[in-house]
Amino acid sequence: MIQLVVPDLGEGVRKVEVVAWHFTVGSSVTPDDDIVELVTDKSSFCISAPVGGVLVKIYVNEGQEVSVGTVLADIEPV
Amino acid sequence: MFSAGFLLGQVRGEEAVQTIDLGCISYGDALLRQKEQVRIVAAGGADVLFVCEHPLTITLGRKTKQENIFFPEAELVRLGYSIVKADRGGDVTLHMPGQLVAYPIIGLKRNGRDIISYLHQLEQAVVDFLESFGIVAKGDDERRGVWIGRDKVASIGIGVSRWVTFHGVAINVTNDLSAFRVIRPCGLNVRMTSVEATTGIKIDRALAVSRLTQSFQKVFVPL
Repeated sequence: MIQLVVPDLGEGVRKVEVVAWHFTVGSSVTPDDDIVELVTDKSSFCISAPVGGVLVKIYVNEGQEVSVGTVLADIEPV
Repeated sequence: MFSAGFLLGQVRGEEAVQTIDLGCISYGDALLRQKEQVRIVAAGGADVLFVCEHPLTITLGRKTKQENIFFPEAELVRLGYSIVKADRGGDVTLHMPGQLVAYPIIGLKRNGRDIISYLHQLEQAVVDFLESFGIVAKGDDERRGVWIGRDKVASIGIGVSRWVTFHGVAINVTNDLSAFRVIRPCGLNVRMTSVEATTGIKIDRALAVSRLTQSFQKVFVPL
């Protein structure tokens, strides 16, 4: 199982908001697909799939604020 | 006006840092060009700076609050504004001819993976550009963008996909500032200014593009 985690986006960025999931649970994803979009004040940041597989679980809803290191989703590699 | 695809590239060592002037292009078409280039840079291609102008267009960032748009959409359309939802950070902003828009497509994987540092670099490139016209300006960590005194001259909003940047910064150069009356730019109660309004001299577009290229190439040196 591969976990999607909020990366360290730079000094001073502690909280980000999840604004859009581009896939739903059960969707097949390919490497480099943008899975989820996060925003800070002036930037939006897409987390892409590190591997191909199936998005099996989403832990955080759109509109929620999360910290660096938070697990956002699980991908089952195929 | 330059024709689309005009190239102001320079070669440094083995890496080419190109500025591609897209001329006056719709916001949507410019975004398509950026996303195409994001794929290329993510695959290891060279960083690129797109420079362009847009027709009169209001763009809504991910943080836009409706209260920052003062007119109903139908009225804005009647007044000649297009309205586009943008997948960038920030609130509402406005583009129009005479405003130079810079869209750096930069691979942050090879530049430290630091969005805040990148925002500082963007602001610094604009500060250097303005300095070339004798204008003292500065960035602001609390209110992102570039400021001349208390007036705002450039607005910033970026996107990052696969650690490659897109969107960027819009600099008021010769544009009609009264067009901003329909929005609260970036959600702030500020007065907008421009290079021309500050210096009182007519600014040649080709010169502005050339100086912007120099400023960006100074700040974004390929690693």
